[in-house]
Amino acid sequence: MTLISHKIALDVMSIRRDFPILEVKMRNNKDLVYLDSAATSQKPNSVLQAEARFYEQVNSGVHRGAHYLAELATDQYETARAKVANFVGAKPEQLVITKNATESLNLLAYAFATQNSSLLLKPGDEILVTEMEHHANLVPWQQVAEKTGAKLRWIPITPAGELDLSNISELINKKTKVISFTHMSNVLGTITPVAQIASLAKSVGAKVFLDACQSVPHMSVDFATLNVDAIVFSAHKMLGPLGVGMLVATEELLDEMPPFLTGGSMIEMVSMDKSTFAKAPKKFEAGTPNAAGIVATAAAVDYLNKIGMNNIQAHEEHLTEYLLAGLAQMPGVQVFAPNLIERGSPVSFAVAGVHPHDVGQVLDDDGIAIRVGHHCAWPLMKKLNVTATSRVSTYLYNEQSEIDAFLTSLERVRSFFGVK
Amino acid sequence: MQLQSLYQEVILDHYRNQRGKGLRGDYQAESHQVNPTCGDEITLRAHLAEDKKTILDISYESTGCSISQASASVLFEQVKGVSIAEFEKIFNEYHAMMQSQGKLEANEDLIGDGVAFIGVAQYPARVKCALLAWMAAKDAIGKAAL
Repeated sequence: MTLISHKIALDVMSIRRDFPILEVKMRNNKDLVYLDSAATSQKPNSVLQAEARFYEQVNSGVHRGAHYLAELATDQYETARAKVANFVGAKPEQLVITKNATESLNLLAYAFATQNSSLLLKPGDEILVTEMEHHANLVPWQQVAEKTGAKLRWIPITPAGELDLSNISELINKKTKVISFTHMSNVLGTITPVAQIASLAKSVGAKVFLDACQSVPHMSVDFATLNVDAIVFSAHKMLGPLGVGMLVATEELLDEMPPFLTGGSMIEMVSMDKSTFAKAPKKFEAGTPNAAGIVATAAAVDYLNKIGMNNIQAHEEHLTEYLLAGLAQMPGVQVFAPNLIERGSPVSFAVAGVHPHDVGQVLDDDGIAIRVGHHCAWPLMKKLNVTATSRVSTYLYNEQSEIDAFLTSLERVRSFFGVK
Repeated sequence: MQLQSLYQEVILDHYRNQRGKGLRGDYQAESHQVNPTCGDEITLRAHLAEDKKTILDISYESTGCSISQASASVLFEQVKGVSIAEFEKIFNEYHAMMQSQGKLEANEDLIGDGVAFIGVAQYPARVKCALLAWMAAKDAIGKAAL
């Protein structure tokens, strides 16, 4: 395979040494080729150590107790919040820490379907999503529509895998109250035209939310200049631990939204018959928080900043280009949305005559981890006229030789199942 | 090689030449099953004799991976023409093997080519694929026998 040689901007060899899981042997003692970072990323030692160090050195309840450990833990928690907020161009008070991005989206959606909320939707109002949303940014809005009588509408996608904006001036109208859409498709890799949609949304007074789960880990994202009301993302896709999600929103929106989960930590005053609530972000952080998790997330941010988001993006662009060129040469392989102008690293494809589960199984036998299935985007699968796809996604620790290993194994898929 | 133990030749043969595929008009009950992790689907019809004791036919339409397609084909071969009491024995034998993580050798007299799926039972993520058609059959036959 002759392809453009590339001067690698990242020292991938040294990066790989920071990720202990990359040493783990797979079935048949094969080396791991991890090409499933869009599902969850692997974690460097510095993140694992930060989480352990929290428990070893400062573990205690944050925001309560007057003892020394509680002070240290609270300080680390808030310092971590500030660091993660800064990473996406937000202020610390704009960042609500949740347990995952799905909770963040549910927290947002809740505000539009709750009695006494100034944001409560009414029949005739419209919610706009897109046809390529992850279920996490679709199902909560279906629920809001069902509870309030608002109408759920969606921006369709073109055969090229981009948002079809031909009818956008009708889709975004005076009745539109919420527009919630993905920044980068977890299936196709499409990067959406945020500025254009946000500006139309603002012109009709709609709130705009961005599912940034796939973008924040892979490119520089600046909340301050995005012109949206909120973004959500998750720690575990950006080298951080499981169990930490983020909601970044304007102070105005956070003030307007009612609390979602209620109980300890989120109150101002409590009497037997009623309570008043703390200011955001604490208003949305009921119960004991995952302090070790956010501290480890801050370590992930340090790691990403050290490498540089622009370098990471350039590295992934190279790998994706190399992958797409390799797949294009392979008979019987169809890439979904191969010619996107603006794209991230997720690449979905089909092998003619072989079901994605079977594709994934043969790759797995060679130690190669990809994602097969509907990717929590069932409506998009229907649109693509498939039940499932196979998806490769890369990150800063992937090497070109791993793409080669993947392509070789994909040849084996075709020979194993006897497809020409 | 583990891959060959998963995809035994018998399984690949059933996958390439599915026995009994297609929905047929004679039936008393139908079951639609979906594997929510991958979106694979099957619609399966049960056609019982008038006394409701014998399975005259199982017909089905399905989309899915080689394992789910082949298991539907094996199901058809094993249960067409048997009594409901016999079906239950066959089902339980196959089900127990699939839940055994590959440790339980099944009775070939009962489940026929179904014994080839023992390798699948070692891959937890694929057990559902191998059971999809069988769950549909249990459901449809149960409803048809009412």
